[in-house]
Amino acid sequence: MLQGYGASLLTGAGLTIAVALCSLAIAALLGVAGAMAKLSRNRFLRTAAQVYTTVIRGVPDLVMMFLIFYGGQLLINELAERFQWNDVTIDPFVAGTLTIGFIFGAYMTEIFRGAFLAVPHGQREAALAYGMSPAQALVRIVGPQMLRHALAPLSNTWLVMIKSTAIVSLIGLSDLMQRAKNAGSSTQEPFLFYAAAGAMYLVFTSVSELLFAWLRQRYAVGVRQVRI
Amino acid sequence: MDFDAIRQSLPSYASGALVTIWLTLAALAFGMLFALPLSILRGWPSRWVAGPVWLFTYVIRGTPLLVQLYLIYYGLGQFEAVRDSFAWPWLRSATFCAIAAFAINTCAYTIEILHGAMRAVPAGEIEAARAMGMTRGVMLRRVVLPAAFRRMLPAYGNEVIFMLQATALASTVTLMDITGAAGEMNSRFYLPFEAFLTAAVIYLAITMGLVGLFHAAERRWLMPWQARSS
Amino acid sequence: MQRRHLATLALLLAGATTAVAQSPDWNKVRIGVEGAYPPFSEVGTDGQIKGFDIDIAKALCADLKAQCTFIQQEFDGMIPALQARKFDAVIASMSITEERKRSVAFTDKYYKTPARLVAKKGTTLVPTAAGLKGKRIGVQRSTIHDRFVTDTFKDSEIVRYTGQDQVFLDLQSGRIDASMEDAVAADAGFLKRPAGKDFAFIGPEYNDPKYFGTGAGIAVRKGDTDLVAKLNQAIKDIRANGTYQKIEKQYFDFDVYGTAK
Repeated sequence: MLQGYGASLLTGAGLTIAVALCSLAIAALLGVAGAMAKLSRNRFLRTAAQVYTTVIRGVPDLVMMFLIFYGGQLLINELAERFQWNDVTIDPFVAGTLTIGFIFGAYMTEIFRGAFLAVPHGQREAALAYGMSPAQALVRIVGPQMLRHALAPLSNTWLVMIKSTAIVSLIGLSDLMQRAKNAGSSTQEPFLFYAAAGAMYLVFTSVSELLFAWLRQRYAVGVRQVRI
Repeated sequence: MDFDAIRQSLPSYASGALVTIWLTLAALAFGMLFALPLSILRGWPSRWVAGPVWLFTYVIRGTPLLVQLYLIYYGLGQFEAVRDSFAWPWLRSATFCAIAAFAINTCAYTIEILHGAMRAVPAGEIEAARAMGMTRGVMLRRVVLPAAFRRMLPAYGNEVIFMLQATALASTVTLMDITGAAGEMNSRFYLPFEAFLTAAVIYLAITMGLVGLFHAAERRWLMPWQARSS
Repeated sequence: MQRRHLATLALLLAGATTAVAQSPDWNKVRIGVEGAYPPFSEVGTDGQIKGFDIDIAKALCADLKAQCTFIQQEFDGMIPALQARKFDAVIASMSITEERKRSVAFTDKYYKTPARLVAKKGTTLVPTAAGLKGKRIGVQRSTIHDRFVTDTFKDSEIVRYTGQDQVFLDLQSGRIDASMEDAVAADAGFLKRPAGKDFAFIGPEYNDPKYFGTGAGIAVRKGDTDLVAKLNQAIKDIRANGTYQKIEKQYFDFDVYGTAK
């Protein structure tokens, strides 16, 4: 049905997932750090985080990817010349993962910031009044409540991230998108292969949505939800 | 850093910027236009009403925009039946295909954002509105939607900026937007760093304008929730 | 504290990079290929790249006794990627032109075919600048055809695509009125396939060296003169010992090297 390209597409799909998961880890770490920096009293941290989120959010993934890939490589080339290393190249997988993780860290910063803001301020005050340290207040009280508010935009962003991995095809990674493009161009039946790739992405997203729905259920324990 | 090459390419970047802005605004406008009524339907108690909307957002959010764009532009054009139909003069144009793909995409995401914001309106407010005898329509207009619009500002701000960046994909279907101009400069002068850096700076400028707008909106409408410095 | 951070950073960098020992004697060569230009290069059902360019590359590597790896790259980013050291040689039907020689070095040609315009069968289009005024002509970005069409058909609307296959798709759907590309690529990749049955060549063969160069060669970074010499010798070798002709016969029933021209 897929004219023999099925196995190739599946291999590409595996790579897509790998890139997405690794990027997620990097992005989540950067997101929490960034949100806390943005909400902190330290003006330097606030500005640094603001610059980070503004620059990353201000540039398309496509353009960012090329900049990091070519620019980063040129930088490494220059360093290699200066230090007399043998030619060093950045592995496309690492380049892609770092780029996407870095990009989405900025979006996660905004999400976690909004989520922190949505937790009633009194919760933190009460926690501190009880004698908890700011770190304890964050981990035990504010954090879990913040996650509930973050889950909806997070699911949006995770979905966007899986699909953004498609751009790694532009730096030579044979992911799902690249393989669909190749197959479509060889057979001149692009519709079939893009539809097939789309179906596979849909499978990933379905699994993700189920996961997020379960998470939402868990974190909404104790909160009344009324249908309009 | 070859500034001369950048200077030579500035006119194409300028016209590219206009294309980018036009694509973004058109996509957002059409997306929101359809998302408003659809998001209300999305939250309808009846499964037959909410179901199809859910399926729409599910499929659109579940597939990459690039795939959707290619399917509309290259995929549809592959079939003779489409080419002979009344829709062809529209579908023939790359601009129309791009705006259609972007609008459909942002519509789906906006529906989910609005729907989430509407559900986040505190249960107590809904019950109070009902207790006061408001019909669903009145309740939506006076209680739910105003609260939902405020709540969705941070997330929708994200979405607007996503859409601006997403328009970069238009360059893959022959449209000469900012990224298209960068690609041209790269292929003429073999200077990828300069080409994409210029593009990045231009996108950044436009984005900062938008971010400033949304921050102003947040300050105005989300005052109760701003961080206190205590 | 400082030292621990430096150590972590160093470890990260080490993990992120793979040192490729660049042997000056070139027994490991990375080759940039396109994979979207049948019959010269395309991706097969097994995900592997195949085609005339690939087979020639493999034959050259065998002659050089070098281990070659293929890296797929879109054509309009081919030269920048070469300069950024993503690979060491480009075997992607890239024509040898003066313009390109300013940025890269070329070996001798390994084939030479002309360029032609393609349009719908029975079209009334006249392939001159005046005849194509206001018409839409599609080309692949950054190719010799792109340059030629941009300079020659000034009154036409030039539409540029990242891949040649996209040019054919839009030609087929009528979004562009004509396209220019390599004659062989058009023939084998489009005209002889069901999708291209309503299309034909129009106009003459174009081979003005100013635009179309002196044949397709292997592009290499300017400093790597020893690699150029080695590849040139390898090309001579495979033409002399019949390997080239054997590969050529698999794809073409005519002389693609262009001995007469």
